Amino acid sequence: MSIKKHLASGLSALALTTACITLPSLALADEDPIKVGILHSLSGTMAISESTLKDEMLMLIQEQNEKGGLLGRQLEPVVVDPASDWPLFAEKARQLLAQDKVDVIFGNWTSVSRKSVLPVVEELNGLLFYPVQYEGEESSENVFYTGAAPNQQAIPAVDYLMNQVGVKRWVLAGTDYVYPRTTNKILKAYLKDHGVADSDIMVNYTPFGHANWQSIVSDIKRFGSAGKKTAVVSTINGDANVPFYRELANQGIEASDIPVVAFSVGEQELSGIDTAPLVGHLAAWNYFMSVDNDANYDFIDQWIDYTGDENAVTNDPMEAHYIGFNMWMEAVRKAGTTDVDAVKDAIIGVSVPNLTGGYATMMPNHHITKPVLIGEIQDNGQFSVVWKTPSTVAGDAWSDYLPGSKDLISDWRQPLHCGNYNVVEHTCGGSEAK
Amino acid sequence: MSIRPSLRSALSTLTALLMLLSAAAVQAAPQAAPDAQATPQQQKVNAQDTQAAALLNQLADGSYHNKAKTIEQIADSSDERARQWLEAFAANKLARLEDSGEFVIIIKNRGRHWTIANALTGEPMGKRSRRDIDVIRVNNQLRNQLQDILSVIDLKVSDPERRLAAARDLRGKVTAEMTSQLRKVYVDEDHAEVKSALEEALAIYQLDTQQDPEAIEILDGSLSSEARAALNRAAQSDQPELAAAAKKALSGIQDKLKLNRAAETLYFGLSLGSVLVLAAIGLAITFGVMGVINMAHGELMMLGAYTTWGMQQLLPDSPGLALVLSIPAGFLVAALVGIGIERSVIRHLQGRPLETLLATFGISLILQQLVRTVISPLNRTVITPEWMSGSIMINEALSLTLNRLYIMGFAALVFIGLMMIMRKTRLGLEVRAVTQNRAMARAMGIRATRVDIMTFGLGSGVAGLAGVALSQITNVGPNLGQNYIIDSFMVVVFGGVGNLWGTLVAGLSLGTLNQLLEPWAGAVLAKIVVLVFIILFIQKRPRGLFPQKGRAAEG
Repeated sequence: MSIKKHLASGLSALALTTACITLPSLALADEDPIKVGILHSLSGTMAISESTLKDEMLMLIQEQNEKGGLLGRQLEPVVVDPASDWPLFAEKARQLLAQDKVDVIFGNWTSVSRKSVLPVVEELNGLLFYPVQYEGEESSENVFYTGAAPNQQAIPAVDYLMNQVGVKRWVLAGTDYVYPRTTNKILKAYLKDHGVADSDIMVNYTPFGHANWQSIVSDIKRFGSAGKKTAVVSTINGDANVPFYRELANQGIEASDIPVVAFSVGEQELSGIDTAPLVGHLAAWNYFMSVDNDANYDFIDQWIDYTGDENAVTNDPMEAHYIGFNMWMEAVRKAGTTDVDAVKDAIIGVSVPNLTGGYATMMPNHHITKPVLIGEIQDNGQFSVVWKTPSTVAGDAWSDYLPGSKDLISDWRQPLHCGNYNVVEHTCGGSEAK
Repeated sequence: MSIRPSLRSALSTLTALLMLLSAAAVQAAPQAAPDAQATPQQQKVNAQDTQAAALLNQLADGSYHNKAKTIEQIADSSDERARQWLEAFAANKLARLEDSGEFVIIIKNRGRHWTIANALTGEPMGKRSRRDIDVIRVNNQLRNQLQDILSVIDLKVSDPERRLAAARDLRGKVTAEMTSQLRKVYVDEDHAEVKSALEEALAIYQLDTQQDPEAIEILDGSLSSEARAALNRAAQSDQPELAAAAKKALSGIQDKLKLNRAAETLYFGLSLGSVLVLAAIGLAITFGVMGVINMAHGELMMLGAYTTWGMQQLLPDSPGLALVLSIPAGFLVAALVGIGIERSVIRHLQGRPLETLLATFGISLILQQLVRTVISPLNRTVITPEWMSGSIMINEALSLTLNRLYIMGFAALVFIGLMMIMRKTRLGLEVRAVTQNRAMARAMGIRATRVDIMTFGLGSGVAGLAGVALSQITNVGPNLGQNYIIDSFMVVVFGGVGNLWGTLVAGLSLGTLNQLLEPWAGAVLAKIVVLVFIILFIQKRPRGLFPQKGRAAEG
């Protein structure tokens, strides 16, 4: 059917054309599902954390399909395994976007894997939802950060310790890679702003998978016996935490003496340890499995039914994917299409319920609003919430406490349309800080 | 010497026990009383219950600040159940039902349905969905306060261990109201350690409030951090004599601390060393004696650790027994898998070390992924039995962690056992013969193939034993082996290939070196320095610390 011919035959014909064009495309839609790429490691070191997120995405997609899909089309998951290999993440992302032609990608865990994928999604104009708390200092047009930025996790946690617990001496302990190093840099600057002396801050880095914590824990114990209330702010990566906490317990450091607040320890990490000696140590997240809320209980029931494991746990990155998936669907509905550019514009300002009884909104800097919760470890491997920010906190891509980034803002709406706009020099750089 | 009790778990057991007891008491009372007198007694119980419910409601609804006051009211109330509530509260196990507003104590808090019992009557109430249970929130500060209250009560129990823990806990926390009571307890106390801890607690209080120079004499020589903190505060006082005395006492303490610290570092070093020895000694047999580069050695350790987990799944009620049983089980599992690897792959690659290296590396990846697929990519929980957790306190500045102590002992046993096998048994003799000259050994009637199988099985089994031990100090997950394989090779090469003594010395010295470096270089740099040291050492002495001598070495 030629459009030219119909244009010539007047208004009525035009109406008919529209119908003719729409009809076949509708018919096409029915057999053509929306593809959702899932880029999480199913083998290698990170499988421990990431494989759960793959299962969760499959569950969410299945549920949505049972409800009738999206825009009348079914959702089809495309699962790839980047095998905890950072360069492979970029390859697999390219495969998803160029070959499988997915409409959106949910994936990544470590910052280094995100940095590896970043140029690919920007080049091929994809959409990536990243669900894990990270160090900030980044805002890409194609990435949506549904995990916490430092101001949504680290800073409120330190505030809590400073104001509610009265901590005067600080141990910043982390695994030796980009997230702890950047977070600790921000925290150190923040603590100094609040009048903490250099001699009251101890910084310690350990390699990945560090298992021999004896002398470090003993150092912490000594550092904490100076008569001032001491706390440990831990950015120790998942796996190394088990021996760390074991050593704490064995050397008799209890939460009432020296509390440890962790940013990478969630329900899943705790499911690998006997938590009885750890009762009272803290973690800061935006979600805990123990949150007393019906939406959360429903989600847990759904997850346990899906996995068939009565002891399955949920955690913060899972909530981030839950929010991210719902936000993306809401944006697609709003835009009426899965076209990347349309969704990118439509998603800013979209609000969906989170699992802690509030709403998450996508901000113009591609970060979302989140409540910050402080939880204490209990003997059943769960956290009990002891403190909560009075309202949600908007994620800040560029930290206000680092010299290189405090003048930068990110706003992907027109007319600014820039990930790191320097408000002093009025210039726009790339997606990363100089 | 005293073993520090694991307070938390003791607390929860106690809660359950007390609950049962009080349940029996409450239920027994009305039955025992004749009907005529039931009414006034009932009334009294009712009045007490109303008051208790009011207090508990106050606890549930109050802010953390108000909760602190309510805790004192509950502690002061004459209610016998007060202690039980406070303990449940501290353990996050006191809750209110959403629908009826009844107060309950949570007995089992895992899964979606929790087992509960009525907090007032003690009656078991079966299982309820977690949705209906509102746990009364507690935080560290409140728990601290509760612990202090319980400490004062604990000073009067008959168990000296608990009295000691309570007295130590009170140091630095003594308040004006407590002093007269504490003095009385101090006079009556006959246990020397408890007495001195109480004396210290009182001295710290006196030094802080009255600037009493006599208190410094008491605190002089004490290794506890609270005493040091108090002396530090006194050293900054504006009374010159007091400050001088405090400074003098502090410098004496510092000297003592240095000595203790040296002992501690040595202990840390030896314990890390013994872990290295355990991990490497199996390799010393397969690599050192047989010359097979087995990159899957780490995965054999992983299998040993998973066996421990499996045993604990089979015997969920006695993790200690399961751990002991997994020693032979872990050995067998790893040995059988090792023999399987030897028969199916390594045997065909004899004399081709590069291919063996690649093939076994492939096997290690297969085993890892197999565990991920079959069991789970997530780490498994291996419970540390009660007798292995905590530490032995030599003095207040030096305590030796028990799990490490056990592992040191275990490593020593394994080493001696292996030594005996190699020196005293026929297998050992045959192994040594085959290693020295395979053809000649066969000519003498030794079945070299059988010896190969046995040796590889032995080495692999020992790797399994290392895995059982490692399950007590690190993650039990698919990556366990990867973290130890490099260290193991390092130890074997450094010690001298084919020499068990070399492995022992190398493991212990590398462990100690690492722990000496760690405090001032940091963990990352310490590892690098050790690695560089080994590289340089191997340049100078390519055959390691204890090279093999004689014709066998050249062959």
